[in-house]
Amino acid sequence: MKKSKWGMYSLAIGAFALAITGCGGKKEESTESPAPANAPAGKTVDPATAGEVSGSVKLDGTPPKPRPINMAAEPACSKGRTTPATTEEVVTGDGGALANVVVYVKSGLDGYSFPAPTTPVKFDQQGCQYHPHVAGVQVGQPIQVVNDDQTTHNIHPIPKENREWNESQPPGAAPIEKNFAREEIAIPVKCNVHPWMKAYMAVVGHPYFQVTEKDGKFNLKNLPPGTYTLVAWHELYGPSEQTVTVGPKETKNVNFTFKPAPAAGD
Amino acid sequence: MKTSSNQNSRGLQAEFAPGLHRYALFTALCTFLLLVAGALVTSNDAGLSVPTWPLAWGSVTPPMVGGIVYEWSHRVIAASVGFLTIILATWLWMAEKRPWMRWLGLAALGAVIAQGILGGLTVRMFQPPAVSAAHATLAQLFFSTVVAIAFFTSFWWQSNIPELEDSRTPHSRSLAIWTVAAVFLQLILGAAFRHKAFGIIPHLVGAVIVTILVFMTAGALKRRFSNVQPLRKCARFLHILIGMQLLLGASAWWSRIYAAPFPQPIAIMVTLTVVHTVTGALLLATTLITTLVSYRMLRPQALAGSTSASELVAQ
Repeated sequence: MKKSKWGMYSLAIGAFALAITGCGGKKEESTESPAPANAPAGKTVDPATAGEVSGSVKLDGTPPKPRPINMAAEPACSKGRTTPATTEEVVTGDGGALANVVVYVKSGLDGYSFPAPTTPVKFDQQGCQYHPHVAGVQVGQPIQVVNDDQTTHNIHPIPKENREWNESQPPGAAPIEKNFAREEIAIPVKCNVHPWMKAYMAVVGHPYFQVTEKDGKFNLKNLPPGTYTLVAWHELYGPSEQTVTVGPKETKNVNFTFKPAPAAGD
Repeated sequence: MKTSSNQNSRGLQAEFAPGLHRYALFTALCTFLLLVAGALVTSNDAGLSVPTWPLAWGSVTPPMVGGIVYEWSHRVIAASVGFLTIILATWLWMAEKRPWMRWLGLAALGAVIAQGILGGLTVRMFQPPAVSAAHATLAQLFFSTVVAIAFFTSFWWQSNIPELEDSRTPHSRSLAIWTVAAVFLQLILGAAFRHKAFGIIPHLVGAVIVTILVFMTAGALKRRFSNVQPLRKCARFLHILIGMQLLLGASAWWSRIYAAPFPQPIAIMVTLTVVHTVTGALLLATTLITTLVSYRMLRPQALAGSTSASELVAQ
């Protein structure tokens, strides 16, 4: 009958559509070939003339109070915690020293090439928070994601320049190894299972970067002589730039100061 | 199965099947619960807590922790509604004498399959705003389709209903159809805002237009047909729902601003945004029912055999 034929065609099309989207389910590619860090087969740094830039990052003013994180819905998260969980947007030390700032060379390294390190950067999930809160990694350098909690997490970086991925990691699972192919400062990372979990990964195309600790200090060593744009980036206060010229075997001091009002945008 | 056969004033022959009608109502109710489940996923930011689709890492029993509770529950309810819709479409195809009802059943089935595919795409493509907004919009459309099926299978729709004259302009039927269209567009704007396709302004402008149209439609029905129970009921429900939705909209917006500094979605924000979303679905369904009742009962000008409202009351 005519009506049965059309009905069967509609059902068949629906089933086919379901099949093509249901099949496969292969994981997103976990690694990519990294883009060349700088110019092809470029110059290398001469340690005999290399200098360094050091300094500190401070917050001029009263930092916002960290907010408590309610983990009551997930008892596995509270287990093993010795201190209550709080947000980590602004972490300061003595004298207004600002932690979790990515200090890096933005420009001035044209012509140099830097192979990606093979030592992975560890990115841990413990007490249902990411550690470190801000991780610095070189383009192509492996990131090793570890779950030390007794609950399932997922790690979901949300990049703009790199390929997005989202992987789950149950307790006791093997570490997940990934890398990013392009420079990007910085990639937000979230866990869709535990929405309070947030972190950042700063992917830099060369080794001249550092993420400050609670002392707010940084030290970029082995820098070839030249004029550089140095950037300090904070997740709430955005980037701040300064220009510095480093002579042969010279040590320069550069300090950054942020104000408590958030920047207009990253 | 107990049925009754009626020849109504339009000459349509239909058979009321109470079992089919009750089943359609049940499917509509389950679809409403699915809307709630879907809204909970979005408001709890749990949309990608199960990054694989359709199964959870090859399993149907993922660890029910954190956001996975909302995401997986949504998928289970969605699959159940899918099966209910297959049965509904099959039942309509086999039992309905009205050809357009059989096709409406198939349309509902096509919509729920498309919804499943869109749901999968939101996961696999990491929630692109356009796909997520389309998924949210189609959900509302599917709900309205199932509600319409339940309505068309009701005894009232298939019974002998005298037609009434509506000689005033704008005609009630036209107002009703404009209102349901406006509500549907407003839902699209709301979904686009909720899934970060664009900002709040278009949705606010839409709210103004919808409010005006709902009041115009409900007001016209109340003034012109105050003694006609089905139309009076439609007007009452429209008034109640638009009032609720305006309050909920303002509250939901306030709760989003209040909740912004918190590290995770908080209960008040989740509750208000979810209730606002599903009340929008109820408003769409109500404006659709109002339109169908208006088309069923009203004629823009006097026809031979049509009845005025006062004559109907006197009968």
